[in-house]
Amino acid sequence: MTKEVNLTIDGKRVSVPEGTLIVDAAKKIGIDIPVFCYHPKMEPVGMCRMCLVDVGRPAFDRETGEAILDEDGSPKIQFGWKLDTACTVPVSEGMVVEGMTEKVQKGRQDIVELLLTSHPLDCPICDKGGECPLQNLTMAHGAGESRFIYDDKIHFDKNVPLGDLIWLDRERCIQCARCIRFQEEIVDDAVLEFFNRGRATDIITNSEPGFDSYWSGNTTDICPVGALTTADFRFGARPWELKHAASVCSHCPVGCNMTYNTRREAKSGGGIVIKRAMPRQNESVNELWICDKGRFAYHFTESEERLTQPMIRKGGKLVPTSWDDALALVAGQFKDAGDSLLSLVSGRLPNEDLFNIKKLTAGLGGKAGLHSYMAGGDLVAQVGLSTGSNLGDLGEGDTIVVIACDLEEEAPVWWLRIKAAAERGAKLIVANPRITKLDRYATEIIRYAYGEEVKTVTNVNISDAENALVFYGSEGIGLETSQALANACANLLAKTNHVGKPNNGLVAVWPRANTQGAWDMGYRPGADLAKAKVLYIAGSDPVGDDPSVAEVITKAEFVVVQELFLTKTAELADVVLPVQAQTEREGTFTSGERRVQRFYPVVLPKGETRPDFDIAAQISAKVGVELKGRFPSLVLPQISAEIPGYAGITYQKLAEVSEQWPIVGRGDLYYGGTGYENKQGLGMQLPLQGNYKTSEVLKNFGSLPDAEVIAVPITQLYDRGTMISPSEVLHPRLPEPFILVNPKDSQILKTTDGMVVGISINGRDTSNATVVEDEHVPQGIALVPRSMGIPIDGPSKFEIRIAVAAMA
Amino acid sequence: MTELVLLRHREIPKINQLDVYKKNGGFEAFEKVVTSMKPDEVTEIVKTSGLRGRGGAGFPTGVKWSFMDNNNWPHYVVANADESEPGTFKDREIMESNPFQFLEGVAIASYAVGATEAYVYCRGEFWELTHVLDEKIAELEEAGLLGDNLFGTEYSLRIYTHLGAGAYICGEETALLESMEGKRGQPRLRPPFPPSYGLYGKPTVVNNVETLTNVPLIITKGGEWYKSLGTEDTAGVKVFSLSGRVKKPGNYELPFGTSFRELIFEHGGGIIDDRPVRAIMAAGASSALIVAEDKALDTPMDYASVRELKADLGSASIIVIDDTVSIDWVLKKTIHFFEHESCGKCTPCREGNYWMNHIIERIHGGDATHDDVELLDSVAKQIENKCLCALGEFSIQAVMTGIERFPQDFEIAVKN
Amino acid sequence: MNKIAEKYSGDIEKIIAKYPPEQKRSAVMSLLYIAQREDGYVTKHDINEIAEILEMTPTEVVALVGFYTLYHDKQDGKYRIQVCNDLPCALRGADEFLENLCENLGIQVGDTTEDGLVSVEGVMCLAACDKAPMFQVQTGDGLKYHEEMTVENTMELIESWKKEEKK
Ligand SMILES: Cc1cc2nc3c(=O)[nH]c(=O)nc-3n(C[C@H](O)[C@H](O)[C@H](O)COP(=O)(O)O)c2cc1C
Ligand code: SF4
Ligand code: FES
Repeated sequence: MTKEVNLTIDGKRVSVPEGTLIVDAAKKIGIDIPVFCYHPKMEPVGMCRMCLVDVGRPAFDRETGEAILDEDGSPKIQFGWKLDTACTVPVSEGMVVEGMTEKVQKGRQDIVELLLTSHPLDCPICDKGGECPLQNLTMAHGAGESRFIYDDKIHFDKNVPLGDLIWLDRERCIQCARCIRFQEEIVDDAVLEFFNRGRATDIITNSEPGFDSYWSGNTTDICPVGALTTADFRFGARPWELKHAASVCSHCPVGCNMTYNTRREAKSGGGIVIKRAMPRQNESVNELWICDKGRFAYHFTESEERLTQPMIRKGGKLVPTSWDDALALVAGQFKDAGDSLLSLVSGRLPNEDLFNIKKLTAGLGGKAGLHSYMAGGDLVAQVGLSTGSNLGDLGEGDTIVVIACDLEEEAPVWWLRIKAAAERGAKLIVANPRITKLDRYATEIIRYAYGEEVKTVTNVNISDAENALVFYGSEGIGLETSQALANACANLLAKTNHVGKPNNGLVAVWPRANTQGAWDMGYRPGADLAKAKVLYIAGSDPVGDDPSVAEVITKAEFVVVQELFLTKTAELADVVLPVQAQTEREGTFTSGERRVQRFYPVVLPKGETRPDFDIAAQISAKVGVELKGRFPSLVLPQISAEIPGYAGITYQKLAEVSEQWPIVGRGDLYYGGTGYENKQGLGMQLPLQGNYKTSEVLKNFGSLPDAEVIAVPITQLYDRGTMISPSEVLHPRLPEPFILVNPKDSQILKTTDGMVVGISINGRDTSNATVVEDEHVPQGIALVPRSMGIPIDGPSKFEIRIAVAAMA
Repeated sequence: MTELVLLRHREIPKINQLDVYKKNGGFEAFEKVVTSMKPDEVTEIVKTSGLRGRGGAGFPTGVKWSFMDNNNWPHYVVANADESEPGTFKDREIMESNPFQFLEGVAIASYAVGATEAYVYCRGEFWELTHVLDEKIAELEEAGLLGDNLFGTEYSLRIYTHLGAGAYICGEETALLESMEGKRGQPRLRPPFPPSYGLYGKPTVVNNVETLTNVPLIITKGGEWYKSLGTEDTAGVKVFSLSGRVKKPGNYELPFGTSFRELIFEHGGGIIDDRPVRAIMAAGASSALIVAEDKALDTPMDYASVRELKADLGSASIIVIDDTVSIDWVLKKTIHFFEHESCGKCTPCREGNYWMNHIIERIHGGDATHDDVELLDSVAKQIENKCLCALGEFSIQAVMTGIERFPQDFEIAVKN
Repeated sequence: MNKIAEKYSGDIEKIIAKYPPEQKRSAVMSLLYIAQREDGYVTKHDINEIAEILEMTPTEVVALVGFYTLYHDKQDGKYRIQVCNDLPCALRGADEFLENLCENLGIQVGDTTEDGLVSVEGVMCLAACDKAPMFQVQTGDGLKYHEEMTVENTMELIESWKKEEKK
C-alpha cells in the first residue's frame, strides 16, 4: 500500500497517494490547474511553465526538528521564494498549495502573454478553434490585451506535411514537446524531434516515409494548439458543428473504444457524414489512444463502391432486384437444403448477426463455418482473461509471453499496453523467429525456427509468475498449427495454475475484431466448402483471399453472399445482399480480452442496405425458423439466454461507466487532449467457461514442406484488405504486394532488393510482388504478408519467376 | 609573493610536460589518496578546505561529493570544460598550460566518489585543446598513472574527453549530461540532482575545471592551508578573467577578497586611454551591472561582499565598461547572446529573450519611446523566477540593473 | 553499404569504446564531426548512416545538427571564419574587425566568397576575450583559433589558403 499524503489546495483538503503530482491531486478534487506541456500519461517536463502555483510547506525548527507553530497554534507554513510548477512537484504532508492568489494569477498571465508573442492568432481559420487549450486558457488566464507589436512577429510555414497523414503549422506550435514525447515515451517511434533551438525551434521528422508511425494521429489529440492536424480532418469542419456517436473499432481484436464525429452536409444531400474518428477513453482497453488504422480506415463505410441494392444472377450476370424477390429466391433454395447448406462467416460480423445466421443455419439442419486462419477460440473461452482483468494492472512479478506474433502489426494497442507493463516491471518473454518491435522490451527473447512454435511454448517457464498471460498470434502458421499452439499455450497456463484469476490466461491475437465472438457463437474454422451444395457467405471473401476457391464456389449449386462490396466471392454468387456497415447500425463485438462492447449507429444506412442479423431473420421467417430481427436489442437477450458466458449481458449494462483516471475530455481539453470521455459504456468482460484441465496437443499440425525456400504468412497492419483499401487518406501508406527475404536467399533466388517478380506458392503462380531484402528474415524463409494479393494459408513451397519486364 | 596554485605554468616552465609536472610533485597527491586514504577521507579534506565550485554557483565541493548516492552504481565524474560564459577564459588557460594538474584533480575526485570512469566535457570550440588533452591522457596511461590497478591497488580509472559542438547551455550541468548522452543539450528538471541521478541516470559529480585543478594541492598541503587563503566567506584563490576596456586583459590568479580596484588598476593596468570606468560586470554576460563608484571598486571580491552590491561574483569573469560605451548597447549584446543561446525548452526564456531582442533593437536603433524602455524592464521582470534553468535568470540580470542603474543612457537612446 | 562505418571504422570503434556498451548513442556528436570531414557539412546520407551505426532514428540524429552550431546542414565556404563579436570582444574592436574583413572580402557578414572558399560570420564568445580581435576557422578537419588578429594578417591567411587550393 502506498502511503496517503494530506494537503490543502486552494483551501480544500485532499488526501492522495504519496508521489502524486500537485497538478493531479488538484484534478482529483475538481481544481483545474492550467497546463500545456504536462500530460497525465507522460513524464512531467516542466517546460511551458503555465502550471505555476505557490507552494507552502510546514516549517520545522532546524535544531529540534519540531514543527514551528503560528500564534494560533496551527503549523507555520513557509512559502517558496518563487512560484513552482504544479506538474513537477510531488505532494508532501501538510503542503499548502495556492493557485488563486494574485501572485499566481499574474504569473500565469505572464506565461500566456509570452506564449502569444510568437503565435499567429489565426484562430478564425484554425482547425483547433473551439476545442483549443491555448484559446481556452488564454480566455481564462490571459491579460486581454497584447503588448507585443504584431509586425514584429516572425512568420513560419503554415502548411508543412510531416508525412501523408499529419500536417504541421509551424507558427502555431508552442514547443510543449507533447508530440515528440508521445512518440518517444509512449510508442517508441522517435520519429519526431525538435530542430534548431530557442525561438527558432521547429518540429521535424526525418523518417522515410515522413512521420513513419502507426500512432501519428494521437499527437493531434494531445497537441494543445492547432499545430498538428490530420490530413483527414484538416479544414474538414469546425468542432462546434460536430455531433458524436460512440463506437468500437472494427479492425482488430483489441476493440478500442472510439467516438465518431459527424456533421450534416449539403454536399451529401443533407445527410450525416463522418468527419473524423477519435479515441474514447477506456482505461481497461485503449486508455486514450487508437492506432492510425482505427482512426483513418473508417472511410470504407462511405465508399462509392458499397453495394446498395440486392442483386441476383440472370443470364450469367448479376442484376439489381428487390429485397422481396431476392429473399424469396434465397428462402426457396434454403428451405430444403438440409445438411448441404454451409454458412460461412468471419469475425468481421457482430455477435447479433453471427447468432442469427447460426440459428438460421442450425434450424435448417445446415453447418456453420468460420473463415479464419487462426484457431483456439474454444480454449480462450475456457482459459482466457476473465472478469476484472486489465493489462494496465500488470507489472512487477507478472509474466507476459508473446509467441508467433508481431504484436504492433497485429493488435497495435496491445503492443503499447504490454510495452508499458514491461516498463512497470513485468517480465516479458517474446518468442518469434525474427525480430519484432516488442523485442526492445523483452526480458527474454526466444528465437525459434518457423515450424517449432508448439515445441517452443512447451518449454517456456512461467511457473514463478504471480500472474501470467500468453498472447499467441498467427505469424508463420496455418490453421492446424494454430490449434495446436493454442492448445499448448492453454496447457502451459493450466499446468502453472495461471487460469481462472483476473489478469491470467490466454489471449488470441485474432485477425478480426470479433473472431472471439464467432467462436463463442459456435462457429469453427476448417469447413470444407467443396462438400456444400448451398453456400451462405456473410462478411467473408474466401475467393479474394485465395482465387483457387473460385472453382469450388462455381461448382456449388446456389451461393448467397451478404457483403459491403462486390468482392471476388460476391462476383460469383447467385444472390448478393447488400449489408449495413458497422457505423450504420448497432451491435456488439467480443474483444480478444473477452470484453463484450457495444457500438452505436453513427450515420444513416446507405441505399437499401440491411444489417446481417436482420437479413438472416427475414430469411428465417420465410423458411419457418423462429428468429428475432429488426433490432439487435431483440437479439441480445437470446444470446444471453443461450450462449454460455453471455448470461446477464444487456445493452444497459454494456452502457455502464465508472470514473476513469486520468479524467479527460470535460471542459479541460488541455489536460488529457481532445480524446472523448466515455459516457456510453465500458463493456463487460465475460466469465470463464468450463473447468479446463490440460489436454492432449493435436499431433497432426502442419510440418514444413520440403523446399529450398519456404514461404510463411505474416500479418501487416497496413495491408490491402477490404477494410482499409477504400480509405484514400491511408492510400499512400499502403504497400504494394511484397515479400521479405534474407539477402543471402535473395542471392540464391537471383533477385535483388526492389525487384518485382512473379511468385508461385505451392506450385501455383500468384500475383507479382516486390522483393524486399531484410537481414532479420531467417534464411530459407520468404515472408509473405496476408491480405496483400498473395494467397497463403501456412508454410508453403515457394518459387520465383523473374519477370524481366517488371524489373523495378 | 605567494606561490601560484592554479596558473603554475607561469612560474614553472614546461609544467605541461609530464616529467616536469612530476618533478614538481605531480601525481604524488593522487598516489597518496589511492594508496593510503579512504575515499571519505579525501572528501573530508576537500570539505575542510572550504573549496566552492568555480563554475559559477559556488556550491561547496566536498559537500557535493558527499551527496553521491552509494546505493546506485557506477558513479561518474564529469569535468565541466564547456567554458562559454562571455568574458570567461580561465579554464582554457588552465587546461592548455597546466593540464596535468587538472587531470590529477579529476583523478582524485574520481577516487573520492568511487568513479572508475571520468569524462571531460569540452566545448566544441576547444577542438585543438581537446586533442592535446587526449594525448596527455594517453601519456598518463602509458606512465601507469591512469588505467587498471593503479599503484598496485584494486583501483582503476579511465578519463575520456567528450567534445561538445557549440551551445552555451551545455555548461549547465544537466544539459551537459543530456549532451553527453547524445541528445539535444537541454536542462533536466531538478531535483533529482546529478549526485543522485546524473550521467546515464547514475550518480555523477559535475565540477568545473578550475574547481578540480585546486584539488591536488589541497591534498598535498592540506585543507587548512587552502582555507587560510582568501576570505572568511570565500576560501582560496581564484582565477579572475579580466576583459573589456582595460589595458591588460587576461587571467589573474588572486586570493578571494582582492578588490575590484586592485584587479582593474594594478593588475589590469587601468582603463584604455585612462578614461573613467563606468560599470563592471562581475560574472560575464550573466551579470548585474555594477555602477563603478568608489565603494564598488573597493569592494573585496568574495561571494558575500559582491552580493552586497546587488550582484553576483559567479565565475568571476570581470568585464570592464568605460564611458565610451552606452549601456543600451551593452544590453543589445547580452540580450542577443541569450536569445541566441536559449535552448528553447521553457517558455519565459525562449519567448522572453526573443521579445526583449526586438525591444532592445528598437531602443538601440533609435526607434523607441520611453514606453519601450518600461516594456523592456517589464518583460525582464516577467521572465524573472519562472524559468526552468538559470540561463533564463541570467538573461535578465543586465537588463534589469542596466535600466535601473543607468537610466540616463536610455533617455538618450530614446531621445535620438 | 555504410560508407562512414567502412571508411572510419577504426576511429568509430575508438569513440564508441569511450562509453558503456549500452550507451553507444553518446558517440553521436563525434560521429557528426567525422561526417563533416568529407564535405564540411552533414548530408542526409550521413545522417542515415550514423543513425544505423548508433541504433538511433535518423530524426534523433538530425535534431542534433539543428541544435548545435558547429554542425552544418548545408555547404558554405570551405573555410568558415567565425569571428567572436560577443560583448567582451566587441569592447575591443571585434565589430569593426568583422565589418572591415567582410568589406575587404566583398561579402556581407554571414556570406561566402564567390569562389566558395571562405564564409565569414559573427559568433558568440570563444573564451579568448583577452585576445580580441580573434576568430576560429572551422573546416572539415576541425577548428583552429587565430588570436589578436588584424584585417591584414587575416587577408594573408586567406591568401595562403588560396595557394593551398591551387596546388
Ligand atoms: C547557463 C549555464 C551555463 C553554465 N556554464 C558553465 C560553464 O561553462 N562551466 C562551468 O563549469 N559551469 C557552468 N555552469 C554551472 C554548472 O551548471 C555547474 O554548476 C558547475 O559545473 C558545477 O561545478 P562547480 O561546483 O565546480 O562549480 C553553468 C550554469 C548555467 C546555468
Ligand atoms: S531558461 Fe532558457 S536555457 Fe534554461 S531551460 Fe529555459 S529555455 Fe532553456
Ligand atoms: S510546466 Fe507544468 S504544465 Fe507545462
